[in-house]
Amino acid sequence: MKLEDLAGQCGEWLRGSGPESDIVISSRIRLARNLAEFPFIRKCTDQDRAQIERVLHEHIQRVDEWKNLSYVDVATLEDVDRQFLVERQLISREHSEAEGARSVAIDPHEKFSLMVNEEDHLRIQVMQSGLDLQSAWAQIDHIDNLIEEQVTYAFHERWGYLTACPTNVGTGMRVSVMLHLPALVITRQIEKVFRSLHKIGLAVRGLYGEGSQAMGDFYQISNQITLGRSEQQLIAQISDVVPVLIDYERRAREFLVRESQKDLHDRVSRAYGILCTAQTISSEETMHLLSSVRMGINLGLIRDLEIPTLNKLFIHTQPAHLQKLRGVELDTANRNIERANYLQRHLRKRDAGTDPEKN
Amino acid sequence: MKCQYCEKPATFHITELTGDKPSELHFCEEHARIYLTQSSHEQQEPASSLAGVLAQHLKVGQTAEDLAQLDQRACPVCGVTFYEFRHAGRLGCPHDYVCFHDELMPLIVNIHGANEHVGKRPRHGAREAGDQTRLIQLRREMKEAVEQEDYEQASKLRDEIRRLEKQRGKQT
Ligand SMILES: [Zn+2]
Ligand SMILES: [Zn+2]
Repeated sequence: MKLEDLAGQCGEWLRGSGPESDIVISSRIRLARNLAEFPFIRKCTDQDRAQIERVLHEHIQRVDEWKNLSYVDVATLEDVDRQFLVERQLISREHSEAEGARSVAIDPHEKFSLMVNEEDHLRIQVMQSGLDLQSAWAQIDHIDNLIEEQVTYAFHERWGYLTACPTNVGTGMRVSVMLHLPALVITRQIEKVFRSLHKIGLAVRGLYGEGSQAMGDFYQISNQITLGRSEQQLIAQISDVVPVLIDYERRAREFLVRESQKDLHDRVSRAYGILCTAQTISSEETMHLLSSVRMGINLGLIRDLEIPTLNKLFIHTQPAHLQKLRGVELDTANRNIERANYLQRHLRKRDAGTDPEKN
Repeated sequence: MKCQYCEKPATFHITELTGDKPSELHFCEEHARIYLTQSSHEQQEPASSLAGVLAQHLKVGQTAEDLAQLDQRACPVCGVTFYEFRHAGRLGCPHDYVCFHDELMPLIVNIHGANEHVGKRPRHGAREAGDQTRLIQLRREMKEAVEQEDYEQASKLRDEIRRLEKQRGKQT
């Protein structure tokens, strides 16, 4: 597989469909697993790492339904290609930046990926568009079983699945849902919401790009505890809380429409305008503006753009994607110009039939 | 950018929204986990880290000599010392959960508020787990024998490793 082929598509988690997809971007689950016959990564020799990779690849390749998986040797990839996989969330940042033999097997629809030699020997990850944790669990449970038929996992009667870090022991499972919460941010209610999530033991993370500024009002909610609760209980905890957040966000949006329709429309239209006309634009500003436009589409304030198109712009304007799509390496300044060009091409093309001035 | 608590690169950037205004925190994965697994009052203490949590638990009822001794204890299978674990926050092999059981227990309870797995189990159970652990140990011993140029011992160990690997092959 060529990464360039992936660049043009959108991948499962940005498909922009699925339940509650106006607010829930994606649902994902990951399982941490280790092979019983090897030390954890920290104590692995180069030989151990190579052998773990060989063993796991052999077994993965033997699975009938996985004949079309792509194998990417992360260790020998160029920086821009590793960054590209991180942007698509097919590998973790840690996996990208680690050293030594490591790889990833990717499902052609990008619904799951199998990271080998991450912090644990194997990290299975399943992604689903919208809010759909039960499908994600059914799929990852099945994937886990297919692998477990062939290998012996490190497992302890009392501690469950053994992991390199005690923070993951037990189920080895992290359940996370990515939400788009612009109205809660505008109405300054988001802090209150997050305080209460922390209280019930859930982690909240902003989505970050190149720099360290939070961008685009995207937040990821996930479980912290992995031991002492079953997979179903961990999923239920997130599944119970997400509809509450969706409800808050919807009410905040209604409030904005009711109380400050003009301001809201102005904000959305300006964001759209800048994206269509900027000559150079950073990835942070792009995310920030696309976030407003996304809310505008969902509220019916922008009618000539659809969510899947917008999602494509989110991913395609990321630094490594821009460079892969363009086919050349670009420094920050040139990326900002290329990003503005890309946005103009894709947003103006859509306006071809209508007069953008009328909006 | 470096982690706020150690020298590792910061790969986690967390927006903390519990204070008066949002603040941005930058952590390595280990410290991010620790940060996220602490309750809010503990988060204000700058010394909070896996090592910190451990140290707190270990201080209770233990003298400095006891601690120093504990730090030197090593897993017989992978050779990781307790000091190494404290420092890196990562264990060396599955057997560490057995040989450092008493030390890990309070730490795990502190992180998870539980001390027993209740979820999914491998369908095949923990089959031949003893042999698997033995493989880790034999491979390490072989590497050490090679390093000491004791090739006779190394080849003995290699034969034993092959025998165990073959057995494993038959069972799967
Ligand atoms: Zn750190
Ligand atoms: Zn060990």
